[in-house]
Amino acid sequence: MLKEIGIKDSDELFEVIPRNMLFKKNLDLPPTTPEYQVRRHIEQLLSKNKDSSELLSFLGSGCWPHWVPAVCDEINSRSEFLTAYTGDVYSDLGRFQALFEFQSMIGDLVAMDAVTSTTYDWASAAGDALRMAVLVTERHEVLVPRNMSPDKLSILSNYCGNVAHIQQLQYEPRTGQIDIEDLKNKISEKTAAVYVENPTYLGVIETKGKEIAEITHEKQALLSVGVEPLSLGILAPPGEYGADIVCGEGQPLGLHLSFGGASAGFIACRDDEQFLSATGHRLISITTTKRKGEWGFTFVLPERSMYVARDKSACLTGTGTLLWAITGAVYLSLLGPKGIAELAEAIMKTSYYAMKRLSEIPGVCVPIFQSPHFEEFTVNFDGTRSSIGEVNKALLKHGIQGGKDISLEFPELGKTAMYCTTEVHSKDDIDKLATTLERVVK
Amino acid sequence: MMEPVQPSKQETYRGVVWHEPIIYELSKCGRRGCAVPTIDPGIEAVVGDVLSNIPQDARRKDAPALPELSEPEVARHFIHLSQQNYGTDSGNCIGVGTCTMKYNPKVNEALARSAKLARIHPLQDQGTVQGILEIMFRFGRWLCEISGMDDVSLHPRAGAHAILTNARIIRKYHEVKGELDQRDEIITTVLSHPSNGAAPAVAGFKVITLYPDETGTPSLEALKAVVSKHTAGIMITDPYDTGVFDKNIEEYIRVVHEAGGLAAIDQANANSILGRLRIGDIGADLCHFNLHKSFSTPHGSSGPGSAPICVKKELSRFLPVPAVAYDGTNYSLDYDRPDTIGKTADFYGVIPNLVRAYAWIMTMGADGLRETSEVAVINNNYLIGRMLKIRGVTLPWREHHPKRMQEARFSLQTMKEETGIGIDALNRRIVDLGIQKCFTAHHPPLVPEPLTPEPVESNSREDIDQFVDAIQKISDEAYSTPSLVEEAPHNCAITQIDPSPATDAKKWAMTWRAYLKKKQPI
Repeated sequence: MLKEIGIKDSDELFEVIPRNMLFKKNLDLPPTTPEYQVRRHIEQLLSKNKDSSELLSFLGSGCWPHWVPAVCDEINSRSEFLTAYTGDVYSDLGRFQALFEFQSMIGDLVAMDAVTSTTYDWASAAGDALRMAVLVTERHEVLVPRNMSPDKLSILSNYCGNVAHIQQLQYEPRTGQIDIEDLKNKISEKTAAVYVENPTYLGVIETKGKEIAEITHEKQALLSVGVEPLSLGILAPPGEYGADIVCGEGQPLGLHLSFGGASAGFIACRDDEQFLSATGHRLISITTTKRKGEWGFTFVLPERSMYVARDKSACLTGTGTLLWAITGAVYLSLLGPKGIAELAEAIMKTSYYAMKRLSEIPGVCVPIFQSPHFEEFTVNFDGTRSSIGEVNKALLKHGIQGGKDISLEFPELGKTAMYCTTEVHSKDDIDKLATTLERVVK
Repeated sequence: MMEPVQPSKQETYRGVVWHEPIIYELSKCGRRGCAVPTIDPGIEAVVGDVLSNIPQDARRKDAPALPELSEPEVARHFIHLSQQNYGTDSGNCIGVGTCTMKYNPKVNEALARSAKLARIHPLQDQGTVQGILEIMFRFGRWLCEISGMDDVSLHPRAGAHAILTNARIIRKYHEVKGELDQRDEIITTVLSHPSNGAAPAVAGFKVITLYPDETGTPSLEALKAVVSKHTAGIMITDPYDTGVFDKNIEEYIRVVHEAGGLAAIDQANANSILGRLRIGDIGADLCHFNLHKSFSTPHGSSGPGSAPICVKKELSRFLPVPAVAYDGTNYSLDYDRPDTIGKTADFYGVIPNLVRAYAWIMTMGADGLRETSEVAVINNNYLIGRMLKIRGVTLPWREHHPKRMQEARFSLQTMKEETGIGIDALNRRIVDLGIQKCFTAHHPPLVPEPLTPEPVESNSREDIDQFVDAIQKISDEAYSTPSLVEEAPHNCAITQIDPSPATDAKKWAMTWRAYLKKKQPI
């Protein structure tokens, strides 16, 4: 090949790089290693991790433990999906169709007609949703809930902080839900959007969605609602109570925990050109072909994406999380309409059982808020002498991973941790938590 | 007995045609794809009707209109769809330049899908996740060594996300110095990946875009003309997607530094310089790598990717939290960075891809990385030589840059003028031949009728020949029977689409529910 290129030594090809810029030493990296040793080395490292078969965990907070049907892994391991990238509809029809189907299922869940390709995670989707609202309304203030995760607020601010002034809405101390009076006081003609979450980071179901939407729309602002999608098996879809934009996290839809490394943010909105023009995310539409009865797909308004609009794009496009969207489509079609309702109810049952059991422990208050809960709930230890750190350390000795300590994130809640139970937790698991907790708190 | 004459793959390839219905069309009322885990009667007895805790208004009234199928039907449907998709394992993806479509080793996949990774929660006690933290820490150090930088953040989930993170760091750097009000401009070049313009704009900067002169790169004078006290930094890709290495890079960095700005160099095309050039050594302050390009993690039908950033030590204080720290005994997640830009994504990055890339670097070793860039660049220049023998194909800026790095941007303008066949038709036709379509160019395409292939180190000479032979065949067809190309595809899953829903709000439908509403005449 060198001969055909017309050179004697491959170094000649690198002469396009000025000599002084070349790295002349050897990289300080491990030597070339055969597969067997690579596998053995990494497996030995990974074996130091305690996974959910060894550790009974009650963590959620943005990464929820759910049962993953085997078909999900089977499909996302298919190398035709796994190793593909950006082919068009003629080479990659399967990808386009699976993504259209995912968009459709999210549309059904949230009751919205337009859904974009998935982005990195819920938080970045929430940030992009607010950028969309700013462009649509040409206003520059957004109201976000105090009961959201501070980490998510930080991410969201990194996305929309320079186009919108971000103000926080208080929650009612009794219910944990949005304080309607505070919303009325803070919303104005300058408000581009109100963002609320349902269920909230604190596990509470927001029951006043319709009222929030009405107050928001009175000021011609937009309502953006962030959701955990499985909850929509039983909760009213945001599109029905007045949301203009919906965002959420795809991790519960057939993805593993993977140390927080498998997330996918989705955005749904009104099927309105003004909204769609205000996002840079890809939009796949169904279409027909020259052959009768044949489906095709095409990108909608492709000139919006950063690939064309560059610095005029409304948000980042680029590599997203489409393998997870394909997986989500598999997961939701396995569940179907009845399955998702049953699953959401099953999750709620484990959480209600856990709340009941833990509330029987002296000094422990579960949950703090008088509201319906889904999947997660607050556990307060103010009536004990133990700190959350001490409790979790003691639980760990019994093979239990306690909830996330939120006492620094929400100092007003005292010594509080977020606990999560889902369909993967059995009665025995929860009983073990309750009896161990009772033993270890002082 | 006579030896059979092997027909060429080009003549015999046929795409898989399933005419697979939309999954909603397969739905049958009452079918189920899975049984939800049962709840212990002991729980049922205690909690009763949990739904009654939710006020009626807040409850779902109608079940979502999800499709109803059995598990075998779901499996078969998506297997059919996968068979109508084309990845690096399917065949020849050389056409997809700038994407570095290399082979994704299977052992990396097995490791990334290990239960010891899949089943750990990001908020677990750090004593229970020492293994993954050690991998992350060591991997970060390797990337610093490869880039010539001092510190790393593994958080960014794709190239554009990394560039946004770098833009936020540049902002924070100037903010801390009290100069942010003054420094509100980022300079980029039009041949850099578009995210080098989009991400700083999302971060709140004004973006100045430099265009190449007749040599194919911007002149140093062009840069000097726009650098000022308003310059916050320069964010460019080098080598470019044209395969040209911009020799002025060191000078650009110097000029921007003298003006008080920072230099963030996009290393998406690092495949051609691995082990040969470290961007940190020539003055860059920030950079990022796309693990889904240079480091062999699968592209996943467009993500999840992963794009760690590397920075000089002066910028460490601004990196996203948490970083992975090591005290000689234990690994931990370190949140103690008072000047951090905060968080840019949930948790700590696309962890399975870090494990895949760790395995790849270890497999290759230092020597293997140098060999990667050597083979990739040889492959590309061999491809260029063959491509330029094809009628209708030219290589813009050839006189200034006859040799290219990882890829090259050709033009079919001559073919278009002489036959009417340009890149769009070629891309429809090449798929007929069992080869993935070609990347064209990002906008604005300075090269008319652009075609940007990238033969990577895992491509054989036979792969390259197969690709070039296909382009040759299409060129021959363009000059002899252009209608054959124009009407393509002929051998694919579908025929030419009706593109009108792309711009017609009455026709477009991003969801099945929208389609059902719109299919009636309005």
